[in-house]
Amino acid sequence: MILPGNTSCQGCPISLAMRCLDEIENPVLVIPAGCSTVVAGLHPNSAMKIPVVHVPFASTNAVACGLKEAYKRLGIEANVIAWMGDGAADIGFATLSASAARRDDIITVVVDNEAYMNTGTQASLSTFWKAKTTTSPLGKRDEKRNLALIMIAHRADYVATATVGYVEDLRRKFRKAGKLKGFRFIHIHCPCPPGWRFPSEKTIEIARRAVASGAWALFEYYNGKLRFSGVGRRYVDKKNRIPLADYLRSQGRFEHLSDEEVKELENAIEKEWEIIRKFSND
Amino acid sequence: MWNLQGNVQTKGYRDGTRIRALLTSNEAIAEAVRIAKPEVIAAYPITPQSPIVEKIAEMIARGELNASFVRVESEHSAMAVIHGAATAGARVFTATSSHGLAYMYEMCWWIAGSRLPAVMAVATRSIGAPWNIHGDHTDIVLLRDAGWIIGMAETAQEAFDMTLQAFFVSEEVNIPFAVGIDAFTMSHTAEVVEIWNPKIPERRQAYRVLPTDRFAVNAVTMGKARMKARYDLAVDLENSAKIIEKSDAEFGNHGGLVEKYRLEDADYAVVMMGGWCGDAKDAIDMLRGEGYKIGLLRLRFLRPFPRKAVKELGGEVLVVDKGNSDIRGVLGIEVSSCGIEAKNVVAGIGGVDVGVEDFCKIFKNFVEGRIGLEWYL
Repeated sequence: MILPGNTSCQGCPISLAMRCLDEIENPVLVIPAGCSTVVAGLHPNSAMKIPVVHVPFASTNAVACGLKEAYKRLGIEANVIAWMGDGAADIGFATLSASAARRDDIITVVVDNEAYMNTGTQASLSTFWKAKTTTSPLGKRDEKRNLALIMIAHRADYVATATVGYVEDLRRKFRKAGKLKGFRFIHIHCPCPPGWRFPSEKTIEIARRAVASGAWALFEYYNGKLRFSGVGRRYVDKKNRIPLADYLRSQGRFEHLSDEEVKELENAIEKEWEIIRKFSND
Repeated sequence: MWNLQGNVQTKGYRDGTRIRALLTSNEAIAEAVRIAKPEVIAAYPITPQSPIVEKIAEMIARGELNASFVRVESEHSAMAVIHGAATAGARVFTATSSHGLAYMYEMCWWIAGSRLPAVMAVATRSIGAPWNIHGDHTDIVLLRDAGWIIGMAETAQEAFDMTLQAFFVSEEVNIPFAVGIDAFTMSHTAEVVEIWNPKIPERRQAYRVLPTDRFAVNAVTMGKARMKARYDLAVDLENSAKIIEKSDAEFGNHGGLVEKYRLEDADYAVVMMGGWCGDAKDAIDMLRGEGYKIGLLRLRFLRPFPRKAVKELGGEVLVVDKGNSDIRGVLGIEVSSCGIEAKNVVAGIGGVDVGVEDFCKIFKNFVEGRIGLEWYL
């Protein structure tokens, strides 16, 4: 789906996720401004083996909706994919919400690297608690938003969280979303070497530590039920998890944290799990 | 004569006959949309445009128009939905006003830059602050630099004809087309409109994106690619004048880019656009009766700008504007750019009423040399 020699950084989780797009039939990608814009290729070239419609930031889901409505009327089979980063999900939040509420027959993918990486690592609503970014040099003090739960609150047809740390699980979720109809949402955890400040060969390792420490929950919502999925099921139970510090201490964006602050983050994650469990049928 | 919007029956004009109906400009545009048969419509309500899309929603609900109506959460998304639908090859329509146009402004640039045909009605209304829902042209002039064809109707009949022409011209030149009507004085005021069914070809466009394609549209450019695209758009926008002039006879014979009213022997010419030209014409008739040699050049289009017709104006020129840039009116600036030293009056901002008597007063002051640049407050 994506050609070698593309312009992504070393260890880029987004290009890794893009490779998995071959699980979805008849895809048409809609990409707003962000790292994905650059990874997908600069004019007149394209790094993608599938059609790409580049669009402005806040318009992604609306453009995708328009494409799909037109394809339907013209009798053309297509899986239109609104593919955005957490930045576009922030600025296009109203667009995303309306698209979910209309149950647009599209797939929305958020490749979430927890900051505005393409403009130089500024804090987003997805940025992890207390993480250092260029606009939160002392560590972020705002809340972290859980997009997948918000999509479930829209009664979306399919919602999944995934990670580039477990590509087989990600592929399965792409495959499943591609075969379903209605509003499908996949939130992919994307550890970013330059943005999070870890060596570029560690992307998979960091991604897996996020899951193993409970910092990233893997679940699927389908037919009105939330189920923990893949390897993530093991870490629903806190006693199976690795210490959160093992995840945090491997990244430069958390180097300023005291042990006390790491404790605070453990509590924040526990609270997050409490909310997720309330949605769960497991 | 049919006297109610909802009662304009489809059978009459379908077989080529004409029906006369009492319609507001909003309703006239909705009727034209029904005839043009767009496949995807997206809109967010805003006064005074809302009745256009409400009418269209009713037409779809009654099965009179086979189209998808996408209810969006903002004008930005309205333009984005039709941008997407046009990218896939569908005929598209939206409508807006004022703040709505400002809110969708980014997407207006994208749909034009993408060279996608699209039609938008703009019920022209003042932009805040402070809040004002009444008419002026401060909103539609925003589109000037975005690369759109911008028309401005004077009557409900012209709004009807221009909307149909918009679909034809836009798809001929791959440039989006805005049809302007004045808030309330046109959007909510009924006139007799002759409804008929001109021939509009099937949807055509320069390109569309299909799942079987392997290319990226609008990827990041470096070097001259962006400038070349902008240049091509500017050239084609300029050349769209020919298509507009050529197809004028098929779409109501309104005069092409301009309407010349009693200009033949005029020593004094007034330049204006929009619904209030009707009152200006009455004032000109009255002054003609008093022996003043005055006429009106009504701009039917702001883009492409009718430079030729403006340059041909002889004698003294006054531009009356309903939208300003700085202390000058926007049309005043445009006309001056054609090498004419025009007098300029800014009037009617925020719906301030300017009637026939006011025009008589302004025009007399102009003829008698008492006007330079001023606001009619």
